[in-house]
Amino acid sequence: MAIELKMPALSPTMEEGKLAKWLVKEGDEVSSGDILAEIETDKATMEFEAVDEGTIGKIVVPEGTENVKVGTVIAVLAGEGEDASTVAQSVSETPAPTPAPASSEPAKAKAEEAPAPARKDPEVPHGTNMKTSTVREALRDAMAEEMRRDERVFVMGEEVAEYQGAYKVTQGLLEEFGPKRVIDTPITEYGFAGIGTGAAMGGLRPVIEFMTFNFAMQAIDHIINSAAKTNYMSGGQMRCPVVFRGPNGAASRVGAQHSQNYGPWYANVPGLVVIAPYDASDAKGLLKAAIRSEDPVVFLENELIYGRSFELPELDDHVLPIGKARIMREGKDVTIVSYSIGVGLALEAAEQLAGEGIDAEVIDLRTLRPLDKQTILESLAKTNRLVVAEEGFPVCSIASEVIAICMEEGFDDLDAPVLRVCNEDVPLPYAANLEKAALIDTPRIVEAVKKVCYQG
Amino acid sequence: MPKAKTDAQPGANSTGSPAEDQDFLLRSLQEAHAADRRYKASKEELLKLYEQMLLIRRFEEKAGQLYGLGLIGGFCHLYIGQEAVAVGLQSALDGNKDSVITGYRDHGHMLAYGIDPKVIMAELTGRHSGISKGKGGSMHMFSVEHRFYGGHGIVGAQVSLGTGLAFAHKYREDGGVAMAYFGDGAANQGQVYESFNMAALWNLPIIFVIENNQYAMGTAVARSSAETHFYRRGTAFRIPGMQVDGMDVLEVRKAAEVALEHVRGGNGPVLMELNTYRYRGHSMSDPAKYRSREEVQGVRDKRDPIEHAKAELMEMGVDEAELKAIDKRVRADVAESADFAENSPEPDMSELYTDVLVERY
Repeated sequence: MAIELKMPALSPTMEEGKLAKWLVKEGDEVSSGDILAEIETDKATMEFEAVDEGTIGKIVVPEGTENVKVGTVIAVLAGEGEDASTVAQSVSETPAPTPAPASSEPAKAKAEEAPAPARKDPEVPHGTNMKTSTVREALRDAMAEEMRRDERVFVMGEEVAEYQGAYKVTQGLLEEFGPKRVIDTPITEYGFAGIGTGAAMGGLRPVIEFMTFNFAMQAIDHIINSAAKTNYMSGGQMRCPVVFRGPNGAASRVGAQHSQNYGPWYANVPGLVVIAPYDASDAKGLLKAAIRSEDPVVFLENELIYGRSFELPELDDHVLPIGKARIMREGKDVTIVSYSIGVGLALEAAEQLAGEGIDAEVIDLRTLRPLDKQTILESLAKTNRLVVAEEGFPVCSIASEVIAICMEEGFDDLDAPVLRVCNEDVPLPYAANLEKAALIDTPRIVEAVKKVCYQG
Repeated sequence: MPKAKTDAQPGANSTGSPAEDQDFLLRSLQEAHAADRRYKASKEELLKLYEQMLLIRRFEEKAGQLYGLGLIGGFCHLYIGQEAVAVGLQSALDGNKDSVITGYRDHGHMLAYGIDPKVIMAELTGRHSGISKGKGGSMHMFSVEHRFYGGHGIVGAQVSLGTGLAFAHKYREDGGVAMAYFGDGAANQGQVYESFNMAALWNLPIIFVIENNQYAMGTAVARSSAETHFYRRGTAFRIPGMQVDGMDVLEVRKAAEVALEHVRGGNGPVLMELNTYRYRGHSMSDPAKYRSREEVQGVRDKRDPIEHAKAELMEMGVDEAELKAIDKRVRADVAESADFAENSPEPDMSELYTDVLVERY
């Protein structure tokens, strides 16, 4: 059968090109790999190689021709046992084949997806003993319980084993689980983040600790390109159930390179789950859920609240739903949305505002991705006023996202513009007075709330 | 993980100094390889390897053709010239327990693993029946069933991920070995050495395979690498190296057996450098101005792995007709895969939103 040689696309963007030069003539025998012609593309001059064996029957497009569309027949090749002179007749005008058209509109297809079940925190049975626990202990207990429950769970990171954790979060794990499952790494974030991700692909349940998330920037390629995208790129074939955890956000007087909130960075990426708990109960219940999740999870803790004590229900298996915000304080006049360390400041602000006759509702987002829009919008529908309090840079922040949601889906409920209270838009300074001035605090939240209540 | 390789180990049964002993360990695999370079294949074995290499060659030529027709988009990196590497190495692996991971030039590794050419080609054309439902493309293909872990587009990332696969083999004590392929270009990435360090420190069962095809995109090795003998790159981490002719499938096979024996024996990682050559451009849109046509033609004429195997088969008494029959069969399989890839529908629009997360929250 005669083979039509068509004008090739030699780059992702090429639509037409110049047939600069033929390196063969009619009647020439060619074999696979021989250079047939030089073609000028939008990027460069490229060589056009033969794929099949045969004899050049006819050159259809002469050299020097410009603007030859991709897919145009430029020559005809006679196959084995064919007469090269007769095949020239059979040239057709077929353009490049195009793929079958897509079946339906994307927006419609999305609507077919059933909504996720509305998941609430499980009821704590009446009479459950409450104990006081620090966030640090709650996190450790979560890991220990999951390690007892599932042999595949292991903890890896810098100083997690013999040193007992740089911030003592992994204290005691080495003694209970041994060096096979509690693994000290060299200082090599990119490498061990990749190893953890690969181990998850290989069927394990790694908990990868970053000493702080500032250092995870060295490893962010694996968190995003390797962990977050693989399930999608493999058409759902290859899962990556890894947890990346560690302290995030500003600590105290540690300077700009050790003081950043990466919540907005990771929350930007489809394929990741991002959790940032505030109190001990959420830290424990959500870390257990994160370890059990089939998806890659970024779990953002906060150094300044590791040592704070909270009430925690004493349950055999305290697991909380991912993707569900929590109403920390009910109120009717205004909503303050926050997460992580900001929740404590928002609660303080609400107390203060109560003294001034403003009844504020405080929402802890807990999970930054997927974000619980429903809880935010329901609260907004009730209070009609909203402030977002976030310990982090203001630009392209979680606050920006919450404000966009209120504009897009809650506009009719708004009685005032939504305001955000964030850190100042500068790298965090070291000097005590400057650091204090740069960070979010309760008075700023109070001021913003009064503003949206038109009482400022 | 217990640290297995310590200073206490070498020198125990030797009169030499520990330093000399360590040098010997680093050289020992290369010496074993040099002493017995080529696998003694039966006619049937070599015929099989030949057919696998030919399948990759014809498949890739067809992929290049479909790219030219606009049926394949984006980036497409062909494996033509390097066939003996994937075929030779993977013929020595245990498909039931070993795992493989590579970079973006991944079609050949999948074919060498016996994955159906139809679903690979359909992935290249972005169709629903592609191995990643058309959502991955040329660079992102995976087969959990075959323990083939991709298909990764970030240069060098597969080396750390592969070390993680090896970590999982050791953790589960399943006897498997991970094989992580990367190129001479990736060999200059920092995370490669982070991975070497931890693989050696924890004695992980992994073979690091550097496919040295002489060019990192358009940059020749001598222009990018201070140490161009890549098999020595593990020395600082006490990883023994091997330098192998990657254009000879039987040499590759034999070297793989030496490396596997070492790793399966619990001795930790091995670094193999496979010297090979890429005939085509880095990707389809590579004008290849960094090397001469004569250089490429010279390798094709003198070192082609398929022609080499063919000549050897004929010496073994395989006749022209039998080789023709193989060629015909391979061409038919490739033509069938191209038809399949061209005629399968594109993914359903609903697939846009699937597989982002596994669970619902």
